[in-house]
Amino acid sequence: MADRAQPVSLGLRLLSGGAGAALLAFVLMPLIAVIAGAEGWPRLGPQDWAALRFTLSQAALSAGISVALGIPVARALARRRFPGRGLLVTLLGAPFLLPVIVAVNGLLAIFGRGGLVNDLLAAFGQDRVSVYGFGGVVLAHVFFNLPLSVRLLLQGWAAIPAERFRLAASLGFAPADVARHLEWPMLRALVPGLFATIFLICLTSFAVALTLGGGPRATTVELTIYQAFRFDFDLGRAAALGLVQLVLCAATALLAARLAVPSAFGAGLDRPVERWDSSGRLIRGTDAGLLGAASLFLLAPLAAVVAGGLPHLFDLPAPVWGAAVRSVQVAAVSTVLALGLALPIALAVSGRGGARWLEIAGMLPLATSALVAGTGFFLLLRGLAGPAALALPVTIGLNAMMALPFVLRAVIPSARDLQADYGRLADSLGMGGLARLRIVTLPRLRRPLGFAAGLTAALSMGDLGVIALFADEDHATLPMQLYRLMGAYRTEDAAGAALLLLLLSLGIFWLFDKGGRGDA
Amino acid sequence: MLELDRLRIVQGAFVLEADLAVGRGSKVAVIGPSGAGKSTLLLAIAGMILPDSGRIRWDGMDLADTPPGKRPVTILFQDQNLFPHLSVADNVGLGLSPSLHLTVEDREAVDGALARTGLEGLGERKPGTLSGGQQSRVAIARALLRARPLMLLDEPFAALGPALKEEMLALVGSVAAETGATVLTVSHDPEDAIGFADEVILVANGVATPPSPTQALFADPPEALRDYLGAAGRKRL
Amino acid sequence: MKTTLSVPMIAGCLIASVAGAEDRPVLTVYTYDSFVSDWGPGPKVEAAFEATCGCDLKFVAPGDGAAVLARVLLEGQSTEADVVLGLDTNLTSRALASGLFAPHAAGDVAYDLPVEWRDDTFVPFDWGWFAFVYDKTKTDTVPADFEALAASSLKIVIEDPRSSTPGLGLLYWIKAAYGDRAEGIWSGLADNIVTVTPGWSEAYGLFLNGEADMVLSYTTSPAYHLIAESDDSKAAAPFSEGHYLQVEVAAKLKGTDQPALADAFLAFVTSEAFQSVIPETNWMYPAVTPAGGLPKGFETLIRPEKSLLFSADEAVNLRDAALAEWQTALSR
Repeated sequence: MADRAQPVSLGLRLLSGGAGAALLAFVLMPLIAVIAGAEGWPRLGPQDWAALRFTLSQAALSAGISVALGIPVARALARRRFPGRGLLVTLLGAPFLLPVIVAVNGLLAIFGRGGLVNDLLAAFGQDRVSVYGFGGVVLAHVFFNLPLSVRLLLQGWAAIPAERFRLAASLGFAPADVARHLEWPMLRALVPGLFATIFLICLTSFAVALTLGGGPRATTVELTIYQAFRFDFDLGRAAALGLVQLVLCAATALLAARLAVPSAFGAGLDRPVERWDSSGRLIRGTDAGLLGAASLFLLAPLAAVVAGGLPHLFDLPAPVWGAAVRSVQVAAVSTVLALGLALPIALAVSGRGGARWLEIAGMLPLATSALVAGTGFFLLLRGLAGPAALALPVTIGLNAMMALPFVLRAVIPSARDLQADYGRLADSLGMGGLARLRIVTLPRLRRPLGFAAGLTAALSMGDLGVIALFADEDHATLPMQLYRLMGAYRTEDAAGAALLLLLLSLGIFWLFDKGGRGDA
Repeated sequence: MLELDRLRIVQGAFVLEADLAVGRGSKVAVIGPSGAGKSTLLLAIAGMILPDSGRIRWDGMDLADTPPGKRPVTILFQDQNLFPHLSVADNVGLGLSPSLHLTVEDREAVDGALARTGLEGLGERKPGTLSGGQQSRVAIARALLRARPLMLLDEPFAALGPALKEEMLALVGSVAAETGATVLTVSHDPEDAIGFADEVILVANGVATPPSPTQALFADPPEALRDYLGAAGRKRL
Repeated sequence: MKTTLSVPMIAGCLIASVAGAEDRPVLTVYTYDSFVSDWGPGPKVEAAFEATCGCDLKFVAPGDGAAVLARVLLEGQSTEADVVLGLDTNLTSRALASGLFAPHAAGDVAYDLPVEWRDDTFVPFDWGWFAFVYDKTKTDTVPADFEALAASSLKIVIEDPRSSTPGLGLLYWIKAAYGDRAEGIWSGLADNIVTVTPGWSEAYGLFLNGEADMVLSYTTSPAYHLIAESDDSKAAAPFSEGHYLQVEVAAKLKGTDQPALADAFLAFVTSEAFQSVIPETNWMYPAVTPAGGLPKGFETLIRPEKSLLFSADEAVNLRDAALAEWQTALSR
């Protein structure tokens, strides 16, 4: 019922408006600062447009494959119960949490020229195949983003109440019927936003595209921004390209919001989900095959990272441990900040007459070039304090903002359901403000919030993007130390540090995610 | 006294008008065809839907600016009357304090309400583990503690069997008697109305009629009611 | 030196760094990230200079050499930097044109560079030859020049000239060696190139992980493996065209509020204390060979007979055309 009753409360509107304003400021201010610092407005050349074409096509394909593969894998995970399932779900999420260099190294250990796949091919007398090029870029992006796709889709399945599956079973639904009546509406609601999110992540890809792209053919927009800043010292061109990215992002987010259809499953009574529709041998076999293949694809590179780092993990130099502690602290504070910003936005967006602009704005950080943002903030803030003093606060702020789109993606659907299912009841009982937050909102959103917190923390752990612009000798984070080890030829220590980073990112994600799932 | 003063609610092509008053302590059945706007009427009184024009007053006080939780109203919805993650006792306790800051006396009152509604010993359970009838009792126990002068029932017992439904209505009736509450209950079933209500509001063709005494109304149904009841319905009465 | 920050202190560090100002004057040096790393020259250089200067030497590292210059250009007159350390000759022309740098006061220093060095503004502190590094145990036939490399089936990994100084060095190397034929050389190399990485670290990592037979690095790279890891399997391939040089320099900012300290630091840069740290931390040749000579192991390295280096002005003038050739040749 599209009623116009009970708009979002004033307090929430102020809070969410403030968070939204902070978000827009975060996205636009650095861009404006960079534009202000530029001399003249540039014309984009044919190479820029070629970069844009490459960027768009690889992003679209990467997102398409990530979502298309994510659906059957998430479905198999959703309808299977087996020992170690929880662990597998956590591990399958790992690639998304990895810093780029670590993940690329792991990926190449399997798919690279000297990787396992090629060694196997060679052992059978086949020619080695090269992973580098357009295909390699897409492969790496799918490796990174399939986990995100699976996790968010899995949440979608979890959000279908057990009662609906019970009803489906009682009506003798076959898997195809479940797909049509329960899963398809859920996917209609979820997939557009998911596709857009992954598309935008791939849009700003830089190191992956460059390392695996094989050469200047694989030039992305982000690389041309990098080039403009660092090679040509041309702020105007950097800003123009940053603007192109931002416009693309806004258009994508808008389109996704248009295409998403709310699923309207209604509420359940938190009964454990049991599935009766998928016990056939063929389906079980297919699911097992799918999960096996996905695990192999996603976990083999991780295993390579573990194998490479384990011998060096325990004699890592002291500065690495110090940096690890600093990274954990940065991650913790970033997480608190990200959730503090995301929750009011999610609640306002999901409230009646929800503020759609907030949802679109929430996607913008995805298309924000780390280099533009970092440089812009540097220009904005340098009058206030030295770069060293700004390093940690700015890093925390940017980490929180960069994670916001993922947090919103995870929380908004559940917040919508909560509002639809229990908003009236809470209103009728006069539950408002902090009491409602404590008694209804937080407990009901615990699962997505835990997931989002884990995601934010892990992403901040692995972030190299911005701190490098500000850091001095004493503020290195773990990814920076990892990079410095690599830069100092210390490949073995770097492998150990990569494993440490992997363990910390996964560990911190697991803690939050587990906390969100409670005992269930 | 509840007054609906030239109330008009528009939702797209749907229009509902009401200009009526309900006396304090009455038990009123709201009947009418499906989709006529019975729920809409109750939701408007509860503050879940804002009217396009007209006034809703309780004892002369305009409720327009009163948010749902502050209105002198307890409403039981068709479903989702309980929070699944909260215990039965907490769900009931919300009737005393929306922030669940419960004193020792409050806890005792919750226990009392549970006992009163036949839910002794179930306070720690989660709603998902209760039967449908028990879930209804939890919502009624909470209404008992909220003790608002106006109780609105939007077919909360529709899913229960006839005997259980009658039992629940009786329980509501006695709770209302204890708290002196006025009760408006939506129903599809004329027998509910006759068994429970002193008066009937008929909602049909976009209009909610003022309450008429139940017996008199069914003895000589106006045309709108005749249409609604149909031949079979009339015969049964 | 490393103190861990508690969570509340993170927010407080902004205040602390202002409030905790010390009596000693602060000399701020912008340099590249790997210089200040715990495994780079930074910590030792800092300790040595602070032992004599009565000052606080503060390094700020905004990234690699190009990022350092980008930062200074961004800040302009108001930069906090007193000294910039770590530009190479491909960046100095742009740096000079900005008018932000001041002539140094260091007199004539007897540099041990393979080329004549005379510059009023930039003081060289180390240098190296670019070279393709390979694993002797895996690669038998080593190409003697670019044409042989292009004709071979060897796989190489190189850095992107747009984001990396070695990448740019390779661009100039081929340009200096082949002039107008450079594009043809690049076309010939295209099928040898496994991939082009954003920076040296990624490229070298890929090489060590077996992704390529050779990597664009420095003639000094094998010294690290030999000295630090007792591994003599790595070697640099001598190319008959000669090897392009990277000369890393330091310079004083015009707007420095510590001109005397800045001069003292630039003098320190070519001194024994600084130069003796360079070989085994930066793994480059010191600009002035220390009294004790180079560390044992450096004598095993190849010493190209011919060194190639464009002047700063030539480098700037050639840059865009050379880059366009590179892009065209490799995009086919």
